[in-house]
Amino acid sequence: MLHGRYRELAPHLVPLDYTNNPDIRVPLTLIITMPELKENPFRDRIVETFSEDGHGNLTFNDFVDMFSVLCETSPRELKTIYAFKIYDFNRDNFICKEDLEKTLNKLTKGELTPEEVTLVCDKAIEEADLDGDNKLSFADFENMISKAPDFLR
Amino acid sequence: MARIVNFDLRYPLMEAGLESPVDEEGVHDSFNQLIAEQSQNGGLDALELQELQRELDEEGRDNVAYLSSPGHDYGRRQERWEAEREDDGRQTDSLAGERWSSATLKILSSMPSRTIGRSRGAIISQYYNRTMQLRRRRQSRPSIRDFSRSARPSIRGYGMEGDTTDSEGAELRKREHLVNNLQNLSVSDRVRMLRGMPLSVAEKSELRMQAMQKEQRRHSGRQIPCCSRLKYYIIIAVRQSWYSWLSFIHSLQLWQVALKRVSGRFGTGVLSYFLFLKTLLFFNLFLFLVTGAFLVLPQAVHPPLFSQGRPSFSGLELLTGAGYFSDSVMYYGYYSNYTLRKSCRVDTGGQNMSISNGTGMDCPSKRHSYNMPMAYFFTIGVSFFITGIILVYSMSKSFGQSFRIDKSHSILAMKVFCSWDFKVLKKSSVKLMSENICTQLKELLAEVNHKHVKNTVCQKLWRLTVHGIAWTICIASTTGCVIGIYYFSEHMHQNLRLFSRNTHQNPLLKEASMLALPVVVSVINLLLPGLFNAAAWMEDYDSPSVRTYVAIGRNLMLKVSVLGVLCYHWLGRVAADPASINLTCWEDFVGQELYRFLIMDFIFTLLDTLFGEFLWRLFSEKGLKRRRRPVFDIARNVLDLIYGQTLAWLGVLFTPLLPAVQILKLLLLFYIKKGSVMMNCQAPRKPYRVSQMTTIFITLLCIPSFIGASVCVTYTMWSITPSSSCGPFRQLKTMFQAGKRWVEELEKDNPSLSMLARAHAYLVENPFFLFVGAGIFLIVIYFHSQVVDGQRKIISLLQEQIENEGEDKKFLITRLQSIHEQKRTPTRRLTSQDSTC
Repeated sequence: MLHGRYRELAPHLVPLDYTNNPDIRVPLTLIITMPELKENPFRDRIVETFSEDGHGNLTFNDFVDMFSVLCETSPRELKTIYAFKIYDFNRDNFICKEDLEKTLNKLTKGELTPEEVTLVCDKAIEEADLDGDNKLSFADFENMISKAPDFLR
Repeated sequence: MARIVNFDLRYPLMEAGLESPVDEEGVHDSFNQLIAEQSQNGGLDALELQELQRELDEEGRDNVAYLSSPGHDYGRRQERWEAEREDDGRQTDSLAGERWSSATLKILSSMPSRTIGRSRGAIISQYYNRTMQLRRRRQSRPSIRDFSRSARPSIRGYGMEGDTTDSEGAELRKREHLVNNLQNLSVSDRVRMLRGMPLSVAEKSELRMQAMQKEQRRHSGRQIPCCSRLKYYIIIAVRQSWYSWLSFIHSLQLWQVALKRVSGRFGTGVLSYFLFLKTLLFFNLFLFLVTGAFLVLPQAVHPPLFSQGRPSFSGLELLTGAGYFSDSVMYYGYYSNYTLRKSCRVDTGGQNMSISNGTGMDCPSKRHSYNMPMAYFFTIGVSFFITGIILVYSMSKSFGQSFRIDKSHSILAMKVFCSWDFKVLKKSSVKLMSENICTQLKELLAEVNHKHVKNTVCQKLWRLTVHGIAWTICIASTTGCVIGIYYFSEHMHQNLRLFSRNTHQNPLLKEASMLALPVVVSVINLLLPGLFNAAAWMEDYDSPSVRTYVAIGRNLMLKVSVLGVLCYHWLGRVAADPASINLTCWEDFVGQELYRFLIMDFIFTLLDTLFGEFLWRLFSEKGLKRRRRPVFDIARNVLDLIYGQTLAWLGVLFTPLLPAVQILKLLLLFYIKKGSVMMNCQAPRKPYRVSQMTTIFITLLCIPSFIGASVCVTYTMWSITPSSSCGPFRQLKTMFQAGKRWVEELEKDNPSLSMLARAHAYLVENPFFLFVGAGIFLIVIYFHSQVVDGQRKIISLLQEQIENEGEDKKFLITRLQSIHEQKRTPTRRLTSQDSTC
C-alpha cells in the first residue's frame, strides 16, 4: 500500500517492480504534495531528515522509514529522536537560537514581531537548557519533551 | 589525564580526542567546514597536537587539586574562572565560540553527547548497552513497558567510542554483540527494542533476520527429540497465526477513515470525544457478550414454564420499554429462579416448578444443569469487577502519561515544540491553529513580562463577589431542580397509585404518562448547563483551563445530584413498598424506567444536535450573516456520554439487555455527531490540552460514574428484598443470600468443603474484612506517594548535577582553548622571527 502511494507521487519514475532494488529517488517537490504533508509547516525539514542525501530526495526505503516513524504507534522515544533532528535546521546536533527562531517562524507564519520572536526564543532556551551552554542538546530536548504529555504527531 | 577527571572512567576522552575523530557518516557539515578552514589557516596540526598532549599532561599534574572536586569548590572555581577571563580577554563565555582550534573542534565533535543518533556505530553501541541492561533487568522485575513509554527521561548508556583504531572491526563486533543480545531477549522485548531504534527500516530488518537466523541455527544445532521439535513447530505456527490475526484485527479498526477525517479537520481535541465514544462502545460490548452468553442465551433457550401472556406489540414499546417487552428476556422478571435442566421438563404442574429451588428432580441428565440464580449473581458481580479493573488500569495508564512529577517551568519551550497538532490537514484549520499558537505565545509572553501585577484589594473583592454570585446561581439552580425532580417523582408515584386502583384507564395512556419523568430530567440536563455557561461568561478566570475545570465541576454536580435523587426514588420508594402501586415485580419496573431514561437521553441529544448545531449554523449564516459557526463543546458532550453510561451500568442488574440498547445508541450517536460536526461546526478556538482532559474524563468515568453505579448495585444486592413472585431471587431475603445458599448446598453435598463455607462466612459477611482491606489499600497509596516524593527530590538533585557538569565542560574547553592559544603564539612568533631573519 505504501508502494502504491510512493508510486502515485511520480508514476513515470517509480517502477512497479522493486525486486531488483533500483535506485530511484523521488524529489522533494513531489513528496510535499502528499496530503499528510502539504499543510505541515515542517514538511521540508521532515523530508530532508529522512533522505539519505540530505536534500530531500527519498528512496523507497527512506519513504518507508518516514512513515514508520510518523505513524501513531511508533514509540515516543523514536519520535523524540527524529523530532530533534527535524528541528535542528543547521544539523549541528544542537538546537541553537537560530534553529528555534526558524521553528517559531514556521509555526506562526510570521504573525509575531521579530522582538517577540527573540523574546520567546530566549525564554524557551532559558527554560529548557540544563547544562547552561545556551543551546539545547538532545538530552535537554528529551527532558523537556518527557514533561509534555501532548507531544504527538 | 584520566586520573584527574571526576567523570566516569568510561570516557577516555582526552586520550581518544587526540586521535583522529571517529569516521562518522553523518558528521555535521558546520564542524567539517570549520575544521577545514582551521587546518588551512594553521597547517601545524601534528605539531600542535603533540604539544597539546605534552601540555595537557603537565597541566594535568598541576591541576589535580582544584579539578578534583568541581562540585564542592564551585566558588573557588568561579573566581579562578573570573581571573582567567580577565587575563585572556579574548575568551568567550559560551561555547558558541568562533575561534576554536582544530584540536578542540575534533574533541568537541567526538563527545558522546554530540554523537547520539547520528552515526550508526554510536546507535549500535548505545543499543547494545541497552539490551545488556535489559537482559540484566530481566532477572529482576521491571518490564520494558516502563522503559520505553514512561515519563521519566530515558536511562542512557553511552556507547564506548574509545577503541577507534579499528573502527570497522569494532563496529562489526558491536553489531555481533547486539544481535546476540537481541536473540536472547523474549520476542516482545526484541520487537519493542527494534522498533525504538533510530535506524533505517532496511537495517532493522537485517538485524532482525540475523537474530532470528542465529536462533534457528541454535535450535537446529541441538539434538532435539522429535516430539519436542513438533512442539516447537506447533508453538511457532501458533505464534505466527496469532500475529497475522492481530494484524488483521488492526486493519479492521473500527471507523478508522471517519476518525481520520474528523481529526484532519478539527484536531485532536474533537477526536478525543470520538475516541472516548469508541472506548465506551467496547465496554458495553464486553458487558453485552458476558450477560448475553451467561444469562440471556440459557434463559432464552429454556423459557420459564409459567409465564403470563404478553400484550401485543404497539410502537410505544420502543420508547417505554413496557408492553410487549415487559415479560421478555429483557427484564429481570423473566429469569427463572431454579436450576435449568435440559432434558427433563414436566409439562404438568407448572405452578410447582416455578417455586422449586432446584433440588433433586429425578432427572438423569445432571450435566446439563444450569443454576440460574447463581449464574445471575456471579455474572453481574464478575462483569462489574472486571470492568472496574479495566477502568482503574486505563485510568492509571492515562495518569502516567499525562501528569508529570516535576511540573514546573518549561512552559514556553513546550508550547513551541509541542503545541502543533500534526493531525490537522485542512488548510483553514491549519491557519486557525497557527493563529491560536500565536495568541497563546503572546499571552504567555505578556504573563511572563507582567508577572507582578498586583490586584488592588478592591479588585480582588470584586472578583470574589462575581465568583460568589455565579456559584450561588449554579448551586441554587441545581438544588431547585433536584427538589423539583424529587417532588415530581413523588407526584408520579401518587399518580401510579391512583392508576393502579382505577383499572378502567387506558393502559397505553398509563404507559405514556410514565415518560413524563424522563422527559423532565432530560430537559433539565439540557438547559441547566446553558445557564452555567451564561454564569461563567460574566466571571473572569486566570486561565482557560481553570474555566474548563469549573464548568466540568458544575455540570458534574448537577448530574450526580440528579442521579442521586433518582436512585433514592427507585430504591427507596419503589422498591421499599411495591405493593402500594400494585407492582408484582418492582425490578421490572425499575429496569423499564432506566430503559426509558436511556432512550429519552438519546432523543434529547439528537434534538440538541439538531437545534444547537444545525439550526444555529443556519441561523448565524443566513440570519446574522456571520461566518462563525458554532463550536463543538467537547466537555459537555463527554459528560453526557458519561451520564448515559452510568444509567446503563445502573440498569444491568435489572435489564440484562440494556448494554445492547446502549451499543445501538452509541453507534447511532457516532454517525450523527460526526455528520453534525463535519457539517456545522468549526474547530475550537481555545487551546485544549488533550491528554490531561482525556485523563480527567476517564477518571470521571471511573470514580463518580462507575463507583456510584456499583455502590447502588451492591446496596441493592445486599439489603433490598427482591420481589417474591418474579426473578431469579424470589423468596430470598436478599439477592446476596443466593450465594450463601449455594455454599450451604455445596457443604451439604460435600462435607469436605466446609472450610470453604466457614471462610465464606468469615470473609464475606464480616465487615471487619472490609475495614482491613480498606486499611491495606490506604497504606499502599501512602507508600506510593512517598516514593513519588523521593523521586521528585532525586530529580532536582540530578538537575543540579547536570548544571554542574555543564559548567565543568565549559571550563575545560575554554581552558583547552586558552592553552592552545598560548602555545600557538610563541611558535608563531618564532616562525615570524625565522622568516624575517
